[in-house]
Amino acid sequence: MATFNLKINGETKKVDVDGSTPMLWVLRDHLQMVGTKYGCGIAQCGACTVHLNDNAVRSCQLPVSAVGEQEITTIEGLSENGDHPVQQAWLEVDVPQCGYCQAGQIMTASALLKKNPTPTDDEIATAMNGNICRCGTYTRIRKAVKMAADNS
Amino acid sequence: MSIVKTKVGRRAFIRNTSLASGGLVIGFSWLNSCKPKEAAKIVAMEMPKEWFQINGFLKIGDNGVVTIMSPNPEIGQNVKTAMPMIVAEELDTAWKNVLVEQAPLNTDIFTRQLAGGSQSIRQGWEGLRMAGATARTMLKQAAADAWQVAINEIQTSEGVVSHTASGKSATYGELASAAAKLEVPEEVSLKETSDFTIIGTDKKNVDGHQIVTGQSLFGLDIQKEGMLIAMVTQPPAFGMKFKAIDSSKAESMPGIKAIFPITVYPEGIKKQWSDGGAVPEMVAIVGESTWQCMQAKKALDITWEQAEKAEDTAYHNRELDNLLNTKPASPARADGNVEAAFKNAAKIVESTYSAPFLAHNTMEPMNFYAHVTPEKAELLGPIQTPEYLELTLAEVLEMPLEKIDIMMTRMGGGFGRRLYGSFGVEAAMISKKMNAPIKLVYTREDDMAQGTYRPSYKIRYKAGLDEEGNLIAWHVRGAGTNDDLVFENRFPAGAVDNYLAEKLSLSTNVTTGAWRAPRSNFIAGAEQAFIDEVAEAAGKDPIAFRLELFDRAISKPVGDTEKNDYDPERYAGVLKLVKEKSNWQIGDNRGVAAYYCHNSYVAQVLDVTMNGDTPKVGTVHCAVDCGIVINPLSAKNQIEGGIIDGIGHATFSELTFKEGEPQQHNFDRYRLMRNTEAPEKIETYFVDNGIAPTGLGEPSLPPVQGALANALYKATGRRYYQQPFITDKPPLVG
Repeated sequence: MATFNLKINGETKKVDVDGSTPMLWVLRDHLQMVGTKYGCGIAQCGACTVHLNDNAVRSCQLPVSAVGEQEITTIEGLSENGDHPVQQAWLEVDVPQCGYCQAGQIMTASALLKKNPTPTDDEIATAMNGNICRCGTYTRIRKAVKMAADNS
Repeated sequence: MSIVKTKVGRRAFIRNTSLASGGLVIGFSWLNSCKPKEAAKIVAMEMPKEWFQINGFLKIGDNGVVTIMSPNPEIGQNVKTAMPMIVAEELDTAWKNVLVEQAPLNTDIFTRQLAGGSQSIRQGWEGLRMAGATARTMLKQAAADAWQVAINEIQTSEGVVSHTASGKSATYGELASAAAKLEVPEEVSLKETSDFTIIGTDKKNVDGHQIVTGQSLFGLDIQKEGMLIAMVTQPPAFGMKFKAIDSSKAESMPGIKAIFPITVYPEGIKKQWSDGGAVPEMVAIVGESTWQCMQAKKALDITWEQAEKAEDTAYHNRELDNLLNTKPASPARADGNVEAAFKNAAKIVESTYSAPFLAHNTMEPMNFYAHVTPEKAELLGPIQTPEYLELTLAEVLEMPLEKIDIMMTRMGGGFGRRLYGSFGVEAAMISKKMNAPIKLVYTREDDMAQGTYRPSYKIRYKAGLDEEGNLIAWHVRGAGTNDDLVFENRFPAGAVDNYLAEKLSLSTNVTTGAWRAPRSNFIAGAEQAFIDEVAEAAGKDPIAFRLELFDRAISKPVGDTEKNDYDPERYAGVLKLVKEKSNWQIGDNRGVAAYYCHNSYVAQVLDVTMNGDTPKVGTVHCAVDCGIVINPLSAKNQIEGGIIDGIGHATFSELTFKEGEPQQHNFDRYRLMRNTEAPEKIETYFVDNGIAPTGLGEPSLPPVQGALANALYKATGRRYYQQPFITDKPPLVG
């Protein structure tokens, strides 16, 4: 066990955990931030996507000991009132079905738009390829990312 | 306006008057602790000071805000929005004044609290309308009593009761207190469908804000004071069972509380159908955190023993092939004489289709919260069949039903997997043993390898055509693992003079069960691909060929017409609609298919191009007849989801077995469709016919596999017979 001071959503959070613990479980079990989802545990599905600085990363493969001073943003901290352009577009398009993968989808999409504010259709689909949606919301995801790009 | 007796689900309308002034009628206060504190933010309305319980489905606040309970489990089929819309419609309140809550399991109030068979709306329709209409009648009566006027002179609109002659009006909030004290009326009037103002309009998902802001909604998100995490290790292969364990190393790992073998289903226990995939004995790991339990689980040294045959995919396929060559003792249906007809046929077409086992792979792995004490059992989690879980819990916990409380969370997908709730029983038994609240969590590997899978299937079709290209004989013989596959009374039964349907089942120890659109999820694609081949052999346009068959089923149906399980006019209707909307013409890289299941009719046209060996679907046109569409926005979402699901699984997915062990344990080896592989565009068209609503969650999936196979033929010159298509290497035709 070791103590880590983590910068999450603009706040400093202190946790006592084994350094090998993935950020996914630090968030969910130790900080009660359950918006970041467990889907596969091997970085194949994207449900656990968070931002590490400005990059979309799979938190199931990010040991807490590797975070250091880097800033983590989770779905809970993406915006103050759920009004990030990507979140708004998600609601406008009514993207979710079961909703479970959507936090990860939104985190991937918002990281994409930060780096590339005007992505092409192909760039959107390719960027979203690491996030599986079993309900099949893919066409609406593409539409919502496009809408968010147009609105930001 | 139609007058109906309030007998359906009347128990739901009988108030418990002691609860009439505020408070929830159903005491699940412990659920409130997991409600997100931000929830109030989304409520852009003043909360009432007092609530009045009108009936089991709804309560009205003194300011006119209405809370409507959504009775059925929500798995992504969006009933949590649609079912309350139906209540709100007949209540005649404005949708913006409605709050929705998930109802707990309560068999005294609600009927069929089950997510399955695309039946929530169809079977809930009458009771939901009555719940709203009963409340509206009581509000009108309260006004009539107060104003001393006749109730039939009173109107309602958007939460306001008014009396034109006297100019009096009052809001539902003002009348709720008096209405809650009235007797439940014996009969109520329902709205004409033409008067609907909520049903048929686009309404956003009521949980949308919580979903996009990552609030606690799902079973896996549950956090409770003193709660421990539990995991289980089940036999690694079908046919094996637990023998012994050395847990000494794992027990000393950080955060681990206990490791023990557990008999979840004691011998002689009466099981429900929902216990279908249950493993009786397994190893439980209980600890402080999920990660710690995962590590300890890996360190376990468990000895399993072979109890039954260890089966391979090659064995299943060989045995299914044998079944296709076996004449069953009696046919499922026989009209005319197929043997004689084949002898006289000018042309005969014969093809065999197959599909592998599939895992459900809900994005949220199986999990359940349980707190079992000697006094009571509280369970909370994602379950499609809470009623049946409760019955089994009463058996294994030896506890009366009234001491068992089950609450459903929003589910991260169901697709049939959560019909089989043995994980809920496991959670309860582990909690009982630990005498502590626990949350059982399956890893993805547990989830994929301990499934209740879509069976593997093989089916052979043979069709005979006369000189003019008319279908004169049809023979289908289907076989599946633990499933006999064929719906003998569906199309083209009734449309062909000589018809023979035979079905056989291969018994296997791999657990199988319902997977989104059971049986239809394979047979529709096979049948619709075969019809395409037959139409080509007949030299006819594939839509025209199908319409000829429907004409026959309409004008001169074959066999016992009572048995024919479809309405050929509605079937033909969706085909004609999709033909028109897609500007159908032969010669494009396009395929067509139509199918009927879950009481709804779907026809699709799609086009495809090849990107190397990978098909890429362009536009899918989809015509749907599901009767009245409650919420067109989410209805389109259901159709789109089913289409993507169907194309994805037919193209990419399979679960294979070696010595009883699934060979895919996670998404690195189990391929699911990804964003770039999804269709470019889906256009959905609903038939507007005012018929009572039918299924939507499943019907768009089955036919699309046939439309895809038919489009692939146009694009590649190859007929795809074996799913997943990505691994099939069919020869060029001709």
